[in-house]
Amino acid sequence: MITFLELLVNGISVGAVYALIALGFVVIFKATEVVNFAHASLLLAGGFVVAKLHPSIGFWAALAAGIGGAALVGALIEFLIIRRANVAGHSVLAIVTIGVDILLVTELTRQIGTDVLALGDPWGDRVLHLGPISIAETRVVALAVAALLITAFLLAFKYTGWGVAMRATAEDAETAALMGIRLGRVSLGAWAVAGALAAVAALFLCVFPTPGLDRGTTFAAMKAFPAAILGGLDSTTGALVGGLIVGVTEAMMSGYQNELAFLGRGIGDVAPFLVMTVILLIRPAGLFGTRELSRV
Amino acid sequence: MNATDGLAVRDLTVHYGPVRALGGVSLDVPPGAVVAVLGGNGAGKSTLLRAISGTLRFQRGGISAGEISFEGERLSGAAPAAVVARGVVQVPEGRRIFSRMTVEENLRAGALGARRGARPRMIPHGAAEARERVLALFPVLAERARQRAGLLSGGEQQMLAIGRALMARPRLLLLDEPTLGLAPLMAARIADTIKEINAQGTSVLLVEQNAALALSLASHAYVLEVGEVALHGPAAGLAESDEVRRRYLGIGAAEVAAGTPGERPALSRWSA
Repeated sequence: MITFLELLVNGISVGAVYALIALGFVVIFKATEVVNFAHASLLLAGGFVVAKLHPSIGFWAALAAGIGGAALVGALIEFLIIRRANVAGHSVLAIVTIGVDILLVTELTRQIGTDVLALGDPWGDRVLHLGPISIAETRVVALAVAALLITAFLLAFKYTGWGVAMRATAEDAETAALMGIRLGRVSLGAWAVAGALAAVAALFLCVFPTPGLDRGTTFAAMKAFPAAILGGLDSTTGALVGGLIVGVTEAMMSGYQNELAFLGRGIGDVAPFLVMTVILLIRPAGLFGTRELSRV
Repeated sequence: MNATDGLAVRDLTVHYGPVRALGGVSLDVPPGAVVAVLGGNGAGKSTLLRAISGTLRFQRGGISAGEISFEGERLSGAAPAAVVARGVVQVPEGRRIFSRMTVEENLRAGALGARRGARPRMIPHGAAEARERVLALFPVLAERARQRAGLLSGGEQQMLAIGRALMARPRLLLLDEPTLGLAPLMAARIADTIKEINAQGTSVLLVEQNAALALSLASHAYVLEVGEVALHGPAAGLAESDEVRRRYLGIGAAEVAAGTPGERPALSRWSA
């Protein structure tokens, strides 16, 4: 029972981090109808900036720089490539983002090499004991920060002019333009916000119990794809629920892998994709999505 | 008429790829006027409005010749947001309300374009005024403020679409087929509203297939055929002309079809 609770809390915490990544992914899709396969590279870029800068300027300043840096990379991808690409379909742009991803990830992994970079976070490997349950402090902070960011984001999405512009554009871009909404700005904002969220997620994917930022971090980030897709690509609620489902499933399958030995070792890594496949078989548009994936 | 007044369209030619949709169209909307554009499906009416609003690129089209100006400033080539900021706002065909958003949020979306322009600071003041004006025109929108816009009836959706455009405080309102698909009573109400909006000082460019309604509202009218202006003049004069009576008001057709009661004039208007 204690193991179960610990796994559940860890799963929810990791799931909240996946939800941050998935949220950015969904925001980009809603604003520009582009499936952003370069999302993992945004995350890696943010984490890389934090890792490189924290020894000289301190953790918090480095984190701010990482968030700003990833937002900037996102904005640059939008401004230099997505906006200028005069192509007929959004599926072509999705493939362009695969190219961008390969470029960025190759360069960053070349920089990182075989190192495992610490991010210099203040939580270290401290563990909180709540009664019989032991949880890494980083997991608690991750959950709190993710919950805070997600709440702030959803409130902004619902109540600010930016949110209204974003939702109007997502629903009908041409009419939004007729209302004087600047689609370029909406799209730029979406990419920047997605980058910033990814950078925060990078931090929490690389802190304890993970050793640090290395070339494998993008694989961890990849698990946010099934989160976004099983929730429904155009649904913010879906991104949150999807993130939690993926996080908890992964934690449970890894935690109980001895009992699941007949499925083979490392089932936890495969679990997110397994869940995604099952859900898409039942609901092709995802749990909360309105658009079928056929348009991707 | 002075070229710096109102909307002036000069020799406008528009292509969608190789297809010419408008050829050498010239048109004026003097300040404070209601001007109607008539024509059948595919005559280029919506293309004209898209060209003015700067949204041709959404249909992969573009202006290949000619010029559009409003109050002496060039509109052709401007981004849609810039056109809105200058006070020219369109209510698109088919209403195109944001159906997943609430009525209130639709109105907010309409106000987003009016904030900018020459004034860098926000003017919440003006937005509140615009909102009051819209809710006075359409009290039903206040009652339904928190409802999803997609749940409104067709007539209410048209009111919301017009109200949303008015939130940007336009000096010229472009209306694309505002009575399309509405019951006659609701169409008459929309017509009354257009009169009232105009009386409050907004000029109107009205695109309609319902020629009788359009000619009763407008002071001037243009008839578009295959992308060119076939006829234009004072609305009263056009309503009297044989060609308009026969082709758009269905009066000649009624005489021909007098023997077949099923073929009333109203049925001669197709909206396929």
